[in-house]
Amino acid sequence: MLDFDFAVLLSGRYHDMLVAGLRLSLQLTAVTLVLALPLGLLVALLRLSPKAPLRALGFGFVESIRNVPLLAHMLFWYFGAPELLPEALKERLYAGNIEAVSAVMALTLYSAAYMAEDIRSGIRAIPGVQMEAGRALGFGFLATMRLVILPQALRVTVPPLISQTLNLWKNTSVATVIGAAELMYQAGQVESASFRSFESFAFATSAYLGVSLLITALAALYQRRFPVKTL
Amino acid sequence: MLELIDTYWLYFLVGQYPKGPLGGLALTVALAAAGLLLALPLGLLFGLARVSPVRALRWPVTALVFVVRGTPLLMVVFWAYFFLPSLTGHKTDQFTTMLIALVVFDAAYLAEIVRAGIQSLPRGQMEASRSLGLSYLRSMRLVLLPQALRAMLPSLVNQFVSTIKETSLGYIIGLNEVAFIASQINTQVFTKPTQIYATLGLTYFLMCFGLSRLAYALERRLSRRSRPSAISEESASSSAALAPVSP
Amino acid sequence: MIQFEKVNKWFGAYHALVDIEETLPQGEVVVVCGPSGSGKSTLIRTLNRLEPIQSGRILIDGQDIHAPGRDVNQFRSHIGFVFQQFNLFPHLSALDNCTLAPQRLRGLRPAEARAQALDLLERVGLAHKAHAFPPELSGGQQQRVAIARALAMQPPLMLFDEPTSALDPEMVGEVLLVMKGLARDGMTMVVVTHEMGFAREVADRVLFMDAGRVLERAAPSEFFNHPQHPRAQQFLSDIRSPFSA
Repeated sequence: MLDFDFAVLLSGRYHDMLVAGLRLSLQLTAVTLVLALPLGLLVALLRLSPKAPLRALGFGFVESIRNVPLLAHMLFWYFGAPELLPEALKERLYAGNIEAVSAVMALTLYSAAYMAEDIRSGIRAIPGVQMEAGRALGFGFLATMRLVILPQALRVTVPPLISQTLNLWKNTSVATVIGAAELMYQAGQVESASFRSFESFAFATSAYLGVSLLITALAALYQRRFPVKTL
Repeated sequence: MLELIDTYWLYFLVGQYPKGPLGGLALTVALAAAGLLLALPLGLLFGLARVSPVRALRWPVTALVFVVRGTPLLMVVFWAYFFLPSLTGHKTDQFTTMLIALVVFDAAYLAEIVRAGIQSLPRGQMEASRSLGLSYLRSMRLVLLPQALRAMLPSLVNQFVSTIKETSLGYIIGLNEVAFIASQINTQVFTKPTQIYATLGLTYFLMCFGLSRLAYALERRLSRRSRPSAISEESASSSAALAPVSP
Repeated sequence: MIQFEKVNKWFGAYHALVDIEETLPQGEVVVVCGPSGSGKSTLIRTLNRLEPIQSGRILIDGQDIHAPGRDVNQFRSHIGFVFQQFNLFPHLSALDNCTLAPQRLRGLRPAEARAQALDLLERVGLAHKAHAFPPELSGGQQQRVAIARALAMQPPLMLFDEPTSALDPEMVGEVLLVMKGLARDGMTMVVVTHEMGFAREVADRVLFMDAGRVLERAAPSEFFNHPQHPRAQQFLSDIRSPFSA
């Protein structure tokens, strides 16, 4: 076990596999982020709505998603959900990259549920009188949100959202269970092909840690440049 | 759907027990409970090290916590799966592998919960205790930790919820916890994946939602008891911020 | 009993205590006063080593409190310290706050510790609140329990860091009353306070501090009627007529 050969990772087939995996992991993260943020915002607004049925809807969304593990979500979207689709759509999905699509579905819903809570906390951190002031001027709930509350809430919300991005990055590893060829999957493939378990996992771990470090550094930088300013 | 439940309910709940090892929902709960119980003392030690004035303790543990928190749990599971046998000398079964991965992973997160709990206490508590003549460690044990742990209780319940969800990753190394069992059922039945996986989701939901409601109730009771004269309306999401998000 | 020998302390670049030279005899009540930021709290906190010093020596009963090999916990158990913010332990009842240290450090048996604690709570007028928890007590009550807690270790010296500054005005009197009782019983006390009435009645000596230095030391009658140092004069006139320019 103690004869490490990192050379196999620096070039050649194994290297390409691992890099391809890393690329897909990054892509999954990016696509999910773009989809989950607006969805999270929507759900946060639902939870804060003055109308009780909307609030209940938001609450239901968040609780039903957060209390189920990501792995179960992935299994559902890969094995369960396609069965509910009309034939034509199902064919197209199977012809394309159904693993990645299912993974993105699961990751988007899962991340949006957590982001919704962080956004909601950020909005709630803004004193209620701000909403009153906006309404008193004649703006509706949504307009006040857009013009008064959200711009202030953004600064408070960014650090927890960056933290959720970190979680999202790590969560992409679960996509391996449905066969998406991301970094974890590829590390496993390289391991079974080459028996170089230590080297392939060391590569994957470093890649995860490296990007985690980048994201954490980003958070620290943001907090230094834009410290939270409250009245 | 009903025949499905009728045929497989026992398998779903306890796996092949008693004709085989424990599995299914029972295994999920047992694994989560064992994982958290073992992770607690370790997490406590790590948390104390994180606030320790002794640099030789603080830095290595901070580094360890950072590394574990920057890595996906699945990675930790793989490391345990592939390298524990060489470390211990003989083949480690999936339960033990998963348990060790969970303990190490959760201890790192618990360390942060403990650290935040201790640091949220007013500085005057340590000063008052030291002024009486109690040593640093005794002050921790008799004055600070009792208060911190009480305040951490909702976060700990949330952590238990996270741990239950984390057990699902045992699927990938073939541990027959409830998600794996669901897939086994799916392979046998083949024609009803939506119902099977929806049921799986519902099971997790009922367990975890129930527990998070408990955490919420605990937090409200706590904030009411420690401030009987003041009205405090802390939102539940404030303690949720301390608990980690796990897959 | 207490000696400061050329004591200096810095917080980073800020010179908090400058060349402090003082001798405080046993059995005396010393009041330390002065404007905010003068260093009075810092001074008193150096006495039980809550704040370290960078140069000079502090002697209590002739012994250097920073001598190497000196057990800081043992040392602190012989000094009573009362904080501005009371700092009672909220997870313990008033009684348990007072029995914790005697049981754990002096090895008193639970019954002995409880008896002593009840006695002290009686002395501060709170025996009926022995089983109450700090959040259920008013500020004045909490501070009196804090005094009882400190007394439980039977210290020869009691230090008070602005004991009434965090209290609502109507509760100040009950705490000062307890402190007067202690002084009457011969306790050596060092009190940082703004309560000039207390200083006039009870103190044997007043130390006036400003900008980290002790600028004047005198008996209360001397200090309040004939302050020598211009800054002391300014301080007293500001207190007496806060609205004059």
